[in-house]
Amino acid sequence: MIGTNSARAQAAENLLSIKGLKTHFATRAGVVKAVDGVDIELAKGEILGLVGESGSGKSITGFSILGLIDPPGRVVSGSMTYNGKDLTALNEEGWRQLRGGDIAMIFQDPSMTLNPVLRIDAQMIEAMQAHANVNRAQAYARAREVLVMVGIPSPDERLRSYPHELSGGMRQRIAIAIALMNKPGLIIADEPTTALDVSIQGQIIHEMKKLCRQVGTALIWVTHDLAVVAGLADRIAVMYAGRIVELGTTEEIIENPRHPYTKGLIDSVPSRSTRGSRLHQIPGMTPSLLNLPQGCAFRERCAYAVAACGDEPLNTIEPDGRAYRCWNPLGGPRP
Amino acid sequence: MLLFIINRLIQAAGAVVVMSMLVFIGLYLIGDPTAMLVSPEANDLERAAVRQAFGLDQPIWMQYLTFVGNAARGDFGRSFLTGQPAMQLILERMPATIEMVVVAIGFAVLVGVPLGMLAGLRPKAASSKAVMTVSILGFSLPTFWIGLMLIMFFSVYLGLLPSSGRGSTVSVGGLSLSVLTPDGWRHLILPALTLGLAKAALIIRVTRAATREVLPMDYIKFARAKGVRPRRVVGVHLLRNILIPIVTVTGLEFGQAVAFAVVTETVFAWPGMGKLLIDSIIILDRPVVVAYLVLMVFFLIMLNLVVDILYMAIDPTAREKVRD
Repeated sequence: MIGTNSARAQAAENLLSIKGLKTHFATRAGVVKAVDGVDIELAKGEILGLVGESGSGKSITGFSILGLIDPPGRVVSGSMTYNGKDLTALNEEGWRQLRGGDIAMIFQDPSMTLNPVLRIDAQMIEAMQAHANVNRAQAYARAREVLVMVGIPSPDERLRSYPHELSGGMRQRIAIAIALMNKPGLIIADEPTTALDVSIQGQIIHEMKKLCRQVGTALIWVTHDLAVVAGLADRIAVMYAGRIVELGTTEEIIENPRHPYTKGLIDSVPSRSTRGSRLHQIPGMTPSLLNLPQGCAFRERCAYAVAACGDEPLNTIEPDGRAYRCWNPLGGPRP
Repeated sequence: MLLFIINRLIQAAGAVVVMSMLVFIGLYLIGDPTAMLVSPEANDLERAAVRQAFGLDQPIWMQYLTFVGNAARGDFGRSFLTGQPAMQLILERMPATIEMVVVAIGFAVLVGVPLGMLAGLRPKAASSKAVMTVSILGFSLPTFWIGLMLIMFFSVYLGLLPSSGRGSTVSVGGLSLSVLTPDGWRHLILPALTLGLAKAALIIRVTRAATREVLPMDYIKFARAKGVRPRRVVGVHLLRNILIPIVTVTGLEFGQAVAFAVVTETVFAWPGMGKLLIDSIIILDRPVVVAYLVLMVFFLIMLNLVVDILYMAIDPTAREKVRD
């Protein structure tokens, strides 16, 4: 279960600790501040939903943790520690050992993540041999084992297949199996169900949760769909314009959003009670990350904006760990 | 798979037939070879006798049918000029051309693919920009000029390498080859380099473009996210995917080089087929020209077959298409 703030305050026990992460992209038009001061604390085995619109910086946050930001992008500041290891001090070989070994990643589009000209067995075996001194047969046995874990029938046959011979859902299961190969402490899943049928989406989410609980792997599930993480995550972090604007347990976020943006996201999820009526939509568009407005980045789309919103909102942290960046939170300031 | 190959061979036969007809008609229209065959002082009676001896008095369809009948038995006629069997004349010269082209293309691939990948992996590095600039020169400068410059430098100025001929050859199963003797190699280097430089330049550009295209793909990033070593990401994940365009271009260039190596052969007095073809065209030596073109059509179709089989080895989706 989720620890309370006091339990989580023992930062030493945390698996992942990110403070003030800034990832910027130097483009011809100017500096794009894709991630602009993100703090994440993640306990062992915890599932965090990282929710936001396209361009909110949620995927870039995930790639930053793995050191997979390509030029012109760059992590410009912030600290990242994983299991007590300072990630910002890693060299290329250190990063390589971290990737796929300690922290694995699952990508969005399963039709693009597997190499089309290599057989599945080659792609799984290399994932293990990159981190452990094992021979082919041992790596093959492990590959077979994880394929069974993710619910793939006749794994030997699948291992001899090429990606184009498999369905989208099957490919994503294989990507998940590859992520599990080296028993990582953390998996970052970047919208892994967005490209799949709704029915397969549900299965994958269900199995992912089961597997993480079984193995004790922590999970950061990046998505634009609040409904997806509602049934999956322990805590939810809502990102907007490169920052986490609200953070709390899943229940608190869904039942009692404090930030108007979070409320906008919740209201735009279709549900049984909204059947037949127009879906709510947040007015306006995500602001350009090139020149964010002064103060709260959400101000111009916000129905609750007040004069104070012209200034940068402070990150209010409540005693139970609930946090939000808003001058005029819903439900009013708590005593 | 076998069906696919048989299918291709039938196609090849069809193409050879059509090609031979076109060449036959074309050469018939260009002119009468009798003038080349008799002395200028010959009278009409002598001319008629020569015409009859070579079957040139027959109508064209009759001549063609006679040719096809003989060709089916492997007889492509005798050269009007030397009287030697045409096919034998060509096959004697073929090893020289083929070995020069194989060395040239081998050089082009061995140099072009690594340099192209390097230029694609670090497009902004000064070395990559230098490679790309030189490659523009590589295929812009005419072959004969490159050949002459190489002769000037290596043969005339440095005196290191011979400027003409094949050097000593070794006969292997009836084929005489230069690649097996050190002296043959010394003779082979300059012509192969001349022919290979332009091909290398082209392969560099194709490889670079393919590398730039494949590099941003998700599967490359996923391979990195798995912690796969950079050497394997480039050498397996990237290389296997850029091989398809490289094989295509290399196959095309190989065919081109064999069929039209004449410029290089002329510059280096390399006794290959190209020079024979040009000489035969000039004197309207019909049997040799027809036999040469038939052989080339067959060769190019075989080359395409090899390229297709290579595709199947590289790209699993290509294998699927053949199975269907």
